[in-house]
Amino acid sequence: MQATLALDLAPIARADRWRPAELAFWLIPVAAYFIFPENLVLLTQIAITALFCLSLDLILGYAGIVSLGHAAFFGLGAYAAGLLAAHGYGDPLIGLAVAAVVTAVLGYVTSFLVLRGADLTRLMVTLGVSMMLYEIANKLTDITGGVDGLQGMEVLPVLGQFEFDLYGKTAYWYAVAVLFVLFWVARKLVHSPFGLSLKGIRLNVGRMPALGAPVNGRLSTVYTIGAAYAGIAGALLAQTTQFVALDVLAFNRSAELLLILVLGGSGSLYGALLGTIVFMSAHHLLSDLNPQYWQFWLGALLVVIVLFARDGVMGGLRGVQRRLDAAFGRTK
Amino acid sequence: MTVIFDGIASGMLLFLISVGLSVTLGLMNFVNLAHGAFAMLGGYVCVTLLNRAGVPFLASLPVAALATALAGVVLERTLYRRLYAATHLDQVLFSIGLVFMSIAGAHYFFGAQQQPMVLPEFLQGQFNLPGLDIGIYRLFLVVLSLAIAYGLNRLVRGTRFGAQLRAAVDNPRAARGVGINVERIFTLTFALGTALAGLGGALGVEMLGLDPSFPVKYIVYFLIVVAVGGSGNIMGSLVASLILGVVDVAGKYYVPQIGAFVIYAVMVVMLIVRPQGLFGRRAAR
Repeated sequence: MQATLALDLAPIARADRWRPAELAFWLIPVAAYFIFPENLVLLTQIAITALFCLSLDLILGYAGIVSLGHAAFFGLGAYAAGLLAAHGYGDPLIGLAVAAVVTAVLGYVTSFLVLRGADLTRLMVTLGVSMMLYEIANKLTDITGGVDGLQGMEVLPVLGQFEFDLYGKTAYWYAVAVLFVLFWVARKLVHSPFGLSLKGIRLNVGRMPALGAPVNGRLSTVYTIGAAYAGIAGALLAQTTQFVALDVLAFNRSAELLLILVLGGSGSLYGALLGTIVFMSAHHLLSDLNPQYWQFWLGALLVVIVLFARDGVMGGLRGVQRRLDAAFGRTK
Repeated sequence: MTVIFDGIASGMLLFLISVGLSVTLGLMNFVNLAHGAFAMLGGYVCVTLLNRAGVPFLASLPVAALATALAGVVLERTLYRRLYAATHLDQVLFSIGLVFMSIAGAHYFFGAQQQPMVLPEFLQGQFNLPGLDIGIYRLFLVVLSLAIAYGLNRLVRGTRFGAQLRAAVDNPRAARGVGINVERIFTLTFALGTALAGLGGALGVEMLGLDPSFPVKYIVYFLIVVAVGGSGNIMGSLVASLILGVVDVAGKYYVPQIGAFVIYAVMVVMLIVRPQGLFGRRAAR
């Protein structure tokens, strides 16, 4: 009896270990700093969007909660950090912490609304919540500046040491460092029993209660965490640009984020990062060439991905790896 | 009273456009966010016929509906049908892709400006009753919408086609088994849904305006109508549009400070109280 119950947990434990390819991946931001010193602003944007995409990946890719209004948390985080800095509390790390707490509270509260319905209702409720926030920010011009954006932020040096400079060097390292730390946490999270139970819920929601997993509790927790991540990403954007525009809450941002995630491949943390890198670079290059058609190609890309390449960049990479493995006679 | 009447008229317009979505989303269970794009196409066809070719308004309406239906059929045959069995998320992404393409296309062909629209003489002006001003065009919208609501309800509930459609949606395999051509039914239904979108879009130019951002600006309203009304329920959509139209106009009239906030709040509250919609039945799958 004992022998049959002894499960082989080694593969699960092994998945938690860092692989060489991952270490190599994290050299990219370092290399990018030296290769493209002129484009630090863009690179910072990529790091921030990657973090935002990571947050959606946690709730959609791992837990399977569809959202059309994830920008609500991004925007709330941005306004939280922005308002703090505009009223004299300019320490960036405190700003991040406050943004995380505020968005986590909103995430926790709205998670109960979101979990009530099935897919379509979830789409509508998330969309509704984000549109409500948009309208609030739009109308409270005294506090948020409305369509003119929130101005007058004064962000203090990071850790009291590194002042935000004109070239965006500090901003870049700050964003990359936050991204890396939160990525590390997310990686721990998805390989933990908690993360595995999320996968289980996504794959078979009917069976998980039988295993003793509290489905709604788990989903509500991950929704809260995802919200906090998005809030931190928003706060980073506010601090590094020293400005909050109303479009942090816009529907386009939520839709674009979904696109980035499926482009990279949802349900994989590196998919979120790669998708962001590919998308933002393409956006940068293509809109230099021809800004008005960018949106057309964006739409076309989305249609093609959904029809033909549902696993995104990560799916493609996995295919390449399988072929390499086959070619060199390795077995997994 | 005038506010309520304007609300009813705006609700009716909302109904005209979103009933098409109620058909595709509700009956066929396809989350088609590109619905606004079809409405926009109808609007542009109508405006172009009216302003450049000099076609009378009433004649350009059916042309707009037919042109949109044609576009709908082509897209359904080539793209949409591949995604009937896909997840809602895939359908959302796909239709957002179409929306982006339609916006860029509208920019390319018509430019970013609002399209002008001049109504024919007999639809301009208004009646003045004591305490109530009735715009003739608004009255026209109300009458037309009620006629369409009645017709559609008859079609889905009371005809052979309607019965076949409901069968095809609830259980495609069994429907095929009893000899219903499910593909043809779906194509026809999709054509009907997009034709209604085109008609609604053409009628809406006067009240909603028409520019390339139309599909994104109003998609939320259409979705709200369907989600609140309960999918696949034409009378539900009618009631939901009326409620939303009146609430929206009244909200904008009496408390302009909070603007469109009211309508989103109403939607979220309604969805929390009744996740399957006002008159919804449980989805078949």
